[in-house]
Amino acid sequence: MSRRKTERLLSLVVCLLSARRYLTASQIRDAVPGYPDSFDAFKRMFERDKDELRELGIPLETGMNAGGEDEPGYRISQQAYELPDIRLEPDEAAVLGLAARVWRRAELAGAAEGALLKLRAAGIDAEDMTQPGIEPRLQTGEAAFGPLWEAVRDRRPVSFEYLAPGRSSPQRRQLEPWGVVNRRGRWYVVGHDRDRGEQRVFRLSRVLGQVQLTGPAGSVTVPPGTDVRAAVRDWDHTDAPPPEICKLRIRSGGAYGLRRHAVSTKPDAEPGWDLVEVPFSDIGWSAEHIASFGADVVVLEPVDLREAVIGRLKGALA
Amino acid sequence: MTADVPVRPGRAVARGSAAGQAEGSTGGPARGSTGGPARSGAAAPARGPTATDRLQRLLALVPYVVSRNVVGMAETAAAFGISERELVDDLNMLWCVELRSPDPYCPIDLSYEGGEIMVSEAEAMDRPLRLGVDEACALLVALRMLAELPSIGDGSALSRTIAKLEAAAGAAGNPSAQVAVHVDDVTSQSVTAHVTDALNRSRRLHISYYVPGRDEATERDVDPMRLLVVEGRSYLEGWCRRASAVRLFRLDRVLSIQVLDIAKDVPAGAEPVDVDGGLFRPSPEDVRVELELAPGGRWVAEYYPCERVEELDDGRLRIRLRTPDTEWVRRLALRLGEDGRVISPGELARQVTVDASAALRQYE
Repeated sequence: MSRRKTERLLSLVVCLLSARRYLTASQIRDAVPGYPDSFDAFKRMFERDKDELRELGIPLETGMNAGGEDEPGYRISQQAYELPDIRLEPDEAAVLGLAARVWRRAELAGAAEGALLKLRAAGIDAEDMTQPGIEPRLQTGEAAFGPLWEAVRDRRPVSFEYLAPGRSSPQRRQLEPWGVVNRRGRWYVVGHDRDRGEQRVFRLSRVLGQVQLTGPAGSVTVPPGTDVRAAVRDWDHTDAPPPEICKLRIRSGGAYGLRRHAVSTKPDAEPGWDLVEVPFSDIGWSAEHIASFGADVVVLEPVDLREAVIGRLKGALA
Repeated sequence: MTADVPVRPGRAVARGSAAGQAEGSTGGPARGSTGGPARSGAAAPARGPTATDRLQRLLALVPYVVSRNVVGMAETAAAFGISERELVDDLNMLWCVELRSPDPYCPIDLSYEGGEIMVSEAEAMDRPLRLGVDEACALLVALRMLAELPSIGDGSALSRTIAKLEAAAGAAGNPSAQVAVHVDDVTSQSVTAHVTDALNRSRRLHISYYVPGRDEATERDVDPMRLLVVEGRSYLEGWCRRASAVRLFRLDRVLSIQVLDIAKDVPAGAEPVDVDGGLFRPSPEDVRVELELAPGGRWVAEYYPCERVEELDDGRLRIRLRTPDTEWVRRLALRLGEDGRVISPGELARQVTVDASAALRQYE
């Protein structure tokens, strides 16, 4: 790291923050130590420094002083720079400390730590001692999370290769992303699919390769009233209410995983078996679940569920 | 202003105190300091070595001290995740800032005599920089996620904190509305409440727990260690007295739970699970299982931690995983049907065939 650069940037920030007026480039060069003597070399270095400060979120303003020089100048408005006053009670500081740990080692961990640093600098002692032993975490194992969050944040359209379930090859999708949603530990992106002309939900783990940004910042408009969370919930049909009851024969002591959800259980005419009624909503999923208990379960009805289970078992035999 | 302050002698400052004129606490008034010392090492940022990383730290250091009036070196170094030597270097760098024009002056004055830091002149640097978009959103998303967890008892502290943070973040917090975290809603509130109660009072728990891999309900006494919320699910981590080992229990598989009137007794050597390194780690004694998955079975590679995932033709996958118990793999193979096939071990593949034939005979 460059110590001289840190010193120069620090002096530049202090200089512009304490300036009451816009300072011209030459005034800045005169005030801030560490710039080269050649004006061209200074200009190049100053341009880079300005970019770096803006990347840190420092609100560097350009403007003209009233009735002053005809050259534009620079300053940092203290009001725009400063974190507004924030005071937290001890219990609030405690949940803040816990929140900062949620992202630990995940995509936004650095951002959370940076925020905590600033809040500590504002006088807040964020300690992580809410309650003994509670550790909530958000993971972002999906490589697409970083670029898609940036796209959502900056309102930029994207394109990516997507392998939809049941397909053997990926397809390129063009998306105006509206939001990212974590549901039961998995990340999804919701947005307007440009080719389909409709709202679509994509699971991030099925995005293959790089996510490309295909338009400038601010070029995506999220329709007012969009509820990205509800969009993923509706798409993920596992939330659907159980509309049907299936009748099963279950071997005594077997298929506990189905019995857990039983609405009624009574002994079958044949000893060693029970008649069990279980609610189900999705034939495909339920057939897989029932098949996993093998010879401990027989589906009596409905017929389509019975056929689906037989199909699964035959598939396992093949 | 303060043009009479002596000009600093360049960078070569190596003395214990930066200034003699720091008498009294001329630093800014304390702002909302909540009193307690910063916990050492808490979320200490892993600082990269770039100039702008250090600049951010320097810009935060002055208000950190100003907001506390006087603060110890050790405490400050811990809060910033740096050594005291690095802290001294930072303080010297701040003290040495010099603006040369129109009149030379040093805008920052501070001292750190006797291990206590005081800032007497901070110019316009006495407040931290406002939160960036990523910073504001990281905290707001995390706070809203916490607000969904029944295990975080006091929802009012959360909603107050969210409101204050939204106000302080301003527009930088807006994109956080575009991120939502939906934690599992299948865990019963009462199970979670019993776990937090046992944690708070250091009591032993008795649970009836469903083990899907073996399709059985088991009875266990567990000395609770932590309540984890990972990958969208809640887990009780504790010392299982039946297994004499640290175990994780998914709360949605707890069939019944009781807080016992017995103090918990976790052995000193019980190691908490490294949550950030993945919950499930194979052991060398595990059986190595290979499966081939059709496109309809690719979810298996997402759902279970695989040792190896290999793409085959036509969207098929070949995966390898390790497990101490192959019974669940037999169940998985039945579930997958034609969407998956056990490749090895051969004995396991044969068992699946036996299982499937036995099940099909019931339908004849």
